[in-house]
Formats: sequence, structure tokens, C-alpha cells
Amino acid sequence: MTARTASLWQIRQPSVIPGFGLALGVTLSWLTLIILIPLSGLVWRSSALGWATFWELATDQRTVNALRISFGTAFLAALINVFFGVVLAWVLVRYRFPGKRIIDAMVDLPFALPTAVAGIALTTLYAPNGWIGSLLTPLGIKIAFTPLGIVFALVFVGLPFVVRTVQPIMEEIDKEVEEAAATLGANRFQTIRRVLLPGLAPAVLTGFALAFARGVGEYGSVIFIAGNLPYVSEIAPLLIVIRLEEFNYPAATAIAAVMLVISFAMLLIINMIQAWSRRRYGYGA
Amino acid sequence: MAHDGTASPTGTGNTELVRVATSEHRLARYGLIAAALTFVGLFLVLPLAAVFTEAMRNGPGEFLTVLSDPETFAAIKLTLLVAGIAVPLNLVFGIAAAWAIAKFEFKGKAFLTTLIDLPFSVSPVISGLVFVLLFGSHSLLAPWLQSHGVQILFAVPGIVLATVFVTFPFVARELIPLMQEQGTSDEEAALSLGASGWQTFWHVTLPNIKWGLLYGVLLCNARAMGEFGAVSVVSGHIRGLTNTMPLQVEILYNEYNFVAAFAVATLLALLALVTLVLKSLLEMKYSAQIAASRRH
Repeated sequence: MTARTASLWQIRQPSVIPGFGLALGVTLSWLTLIILIPLSGLVWRSSALGWATFWELATDQRTVNALRISFGTAFLAALINVFFGVVLAWVLVRYRFPGKRIIDAMVDLPFALPTAVAGIALTTLYAPNGWIGSLLTPLGIKIAFTPLGIVFALVFVGLPFVVRTVQPIMEEIDKEVEEAAATLGANRFQTIRRVLLPGLAPAVLTGFALAFARGVGEYGSVIFIAGNLPYVSEIAPLLIVIRLEEFNYPAATAIAAVMLVISFAMLLIINMIQAWSRRRYGYGA
Repeated sequence: MAHDGTASPTGTGNTELVRVATSEHRLARYGLIAAALTFVGLFLVLPLAAVFTEAMRNGPGEFLTVLSDPETFAAIKLTLLVAGIAVPLNLVFGIAAAWAIAKFEFKGKAFLTTLIDLPFSVSPVISGLVFVLLFGSHSLLAPWLQSHGVQILFAVPGIVLATVFVTFPFVARELIPLMQEQGTSDEEAALSLGASGWQTFWHVTLPNIKWGLLYGVLLCNARAMGEFGAVSVVSGHIRGLTNTMPLQVEILYNEYNFVAAFAVATLLALLALVTLVLKSLLEMKYSAQIAASRRH
């Protein structure tokens, strides 16, 4: 497309391709009906509560605990995923071993497997009498029905976000950079720490933010393994469901509004990281 | 990438030197592979294995009996119906959105793209909640809906709406980068040769994007059939009527009917496996025609 300066009254640059009106019309109507009207309903409902009521509902101890548990476990799970996700991506990009292709395809399993199925499967594994849980119980380690169980479910859910953001950037690394580092006398550890990891940082941060955002809102895989003890292992999305079942719509709305505000802030941060990364390194994560 | 023993023109010593300088020590390599495989085993392979093993716990006979339960059958039918409505709707939307965004330059394009991605950053429970607030008994629409006998919540329309909401971005997100990369020259050529707009779309654009389209539909369908949180909030859990397969899994599991829960879960796990296989095949064979294989 020619870089013509569009005059003020022009919304779009001229083009010979037809169908702009139809395509944009369909897009905007569908977007408005399915996304914008329902979401603005939530915004309107929470603003109708009034600031005092909203604040009271949002700072209710059970709500605060649920939000803290959701954000805390999601943060921890995203950290674990950053570590293992980077190792996994590195192994998949750099090494050759039998079954590599299958492992690579398996990484997307959490995207494809319904969360409820993941939830009951992980619970079966990590429950005190489960496949792995029964091995850990004698050691005094309890995973399912504790906040640790939530972290495990969120690690499962978030893994592909980190691997799939980091992997393509790793594939683009020019080996000559590493050779240059080696000829300048760096040992392998120094090359990784000083040369490779800084270039991967934006992608790792984006992967972390995506996994974190997904973990905060996750419901299906968590509720089976969490134990759902109020104040201890009750996540915010579950508390929304509980408040809805009590027909306590204001409380449900307030929790949802707090979560949305934080999630959108996260989205903004992701976009800023990507913009910064494009300026600094010339590619988006 | 591979520097494993193939002799370079300058001699093997040189290759060996490069390999040592740009790869890890053998022990570190094995350690990292072992760590990665253990992690994948614990978090991905074992859960999948658990689903199939638990479903077959009492033998294939009981597995089949459980699956032929009329409630399970109703859940399967509802899941297929919901995906059958939601996926085509989002397919049409995805094509329209990608056509507008990828083929034209207009103001507010970046903002529109962000809005399309919005459902990805909303918790599934909130995606359900917004429809409860919109159509529930306290809403502005409630009197009208009641007087006209329209049931949206705790009925199929609500489930479809929630599913459309959560699967909204899938097709558009796959097509936009793909069509942006392909540009408009093919379409311009067709138009200059006298093709109409629709002819250009059917005979030029669609063949160019078909594999990417299939890829987007595949992911959209997996999510539509497997969605739990959003559907759970709007469905009302009426057995045999508004239970999709994931909801049926939950109900059976909470009743301690584990074999039945895992039997239904097996079907969903098979769907996930088929999705992964098809996805990998598409990535392998048609990587050039799929945006996701470049962006991942």
C-alpha cells in the first residue's frame, strides 16, 4: 500500500480491493453484539453499585483472599513455567533425541485438552492416594487439595504459552554470535548468561505474562484439584461462581471487575514489552 | 544446526572446535534433556495416560456401558450442536475481520485488532457472567424476554453465546497475519482481469488461505467442544438438557462415579489428540500457508 497521507475526512486509504464496507460491517456488528455489549454490561453493572458498595465488596476478606490466591498461585506457576519452558524450548530447538517430534507436538496438549479433563486427570495423579500422590504422602508432601495443587494445575495450563513464545526466537538466534563470544574467551556458561539470555528476555517476559494472565482466570482445571477451602484454596473465579449461585450478583460483579482491571493492565504491559522489544531487538516476541 | 561428526571441507578439527564452543558439555546436554522429559512426563504424558487408564479400570465392558448412557449421549449431542453453531459463526466473522484488517489500511485498525483479542484475556467464568448479567432475572432485558417466552440462560442459546464469546478470536487471529503477509497483489491481478469481488474471493483468496483457515477452525473447534468455565456459568446444569460433555464430566466426577467421568473424558482426550495430530500435520506439510507456524 502506498504511503499516501490520508486527508482528514478519509477513514481509509483508497484501494481497488472490494468488500471493505461489508467486511468491516460484519466485523463491527459481530464484535459489538458478542463482545462489547456483554462486557459493557459488566462495566455498567459494577459502576451502578456505587463506589462505597463496590469498595466494600471488593475488600471483603474472603474476596481479598481469593484474589490473593489466584494471583499468587498464577505468579508462582508462571515462574515455574518460565524455568522449565525455557529449558524445554532449548532442548527442542538445539538437541536431537528420539521422540523429539512427539514431545514438540505434546507441548500444545494444554491448548487442546479441555480444562475439566485436565483437572480430573491431575487430581487422580496428585491426590494422596493417586499415582504420584501416594509416593509423596509418606514424605509428608501433599499436593492435591492444597494451594500447591492449584499451582500444579496452572503449570499444566500455562506451559505452552512460555514454550511457544520463546521457541521461535531461539530458532532465530544466529550461531555466529555464540562463536564470537567463544573466540573472545567466554566459556559456555558466560555465553549463555551474557549473550543468549538477554536476547531472549523480552520473549520470556511475554511468555510469563501470557501464562500468568491465563492462570489468573483459569477455572476448570483448578477446581478439582484445589480442595476449594474458603480463605485457603478458593480461587477468585470459583468465588464468582459461588456468589452467582447465591444470586449475590453485586459481589460476583465486583470480583469480576477487579479481575478484569488487573487483566487489562497485564495486557497493556504485554503490549508494552512487545513494542519495547521490537524497538530494542528488531523483532516482536 | 547439527554439528555431529560430518566432516567439513576445512577438516574435522575445526568443526569439533565450533561444536565445543557453541554447545553445552555432553553431561549438561543429557541433564537438560532429562529435566525436560521428566517435566513433560509428569505434566503432560501422565495426565493423559491417567484419563485412559481410569476409564478402563473396570474393563472395556463397563466403559462401553457407561458411554451408552442416555445422559452421556445427550451431552455428546449438545456439544456437537454447540460447536456446530459456534464454529461456523466465528469462521464467517474471522474471514470478514481478516479481510477488513489485512487487505485495507484504515484508522483504528490496531485498536480493532486489540478488541478482537479481548476474549483471550477474560476469565472463562467472567465470559459466562457477562451473559448472566445481560439476560438474568435482574437484567433490563428480563421482562421482555419473559413476556415473549424466550429462554436464553440455562438453555442452549446461552451456551452457544458463551461458546461464541470464548472462541471469538481463534479464526481471525490465524488469518490476519497470514493475509497481511500475502498482501493484495493476487487479488488486484484477478480484479484487473475482470473477476468480480466474490469470484476473486472464491478463486484467489480462499485457495491461498485454506490451510491457515483449517488450522484456525481446528483450534476454534477444540476450544468450543472443551469449554468449561463459561458454559458452566450459563448452563444451569440441567441433566440431559443443558449439560455439555465437559459439564457431564464434572457432574459424574462429583458424584464419585469416576469410571463414567473418565469414560466421557476419554472422548474429549481423543478429540484433543486428533486435534494435535492434525495440527502437527498441517504445520509440517503446509508451514508456508499457516501463519501460526512462523509465529507459533
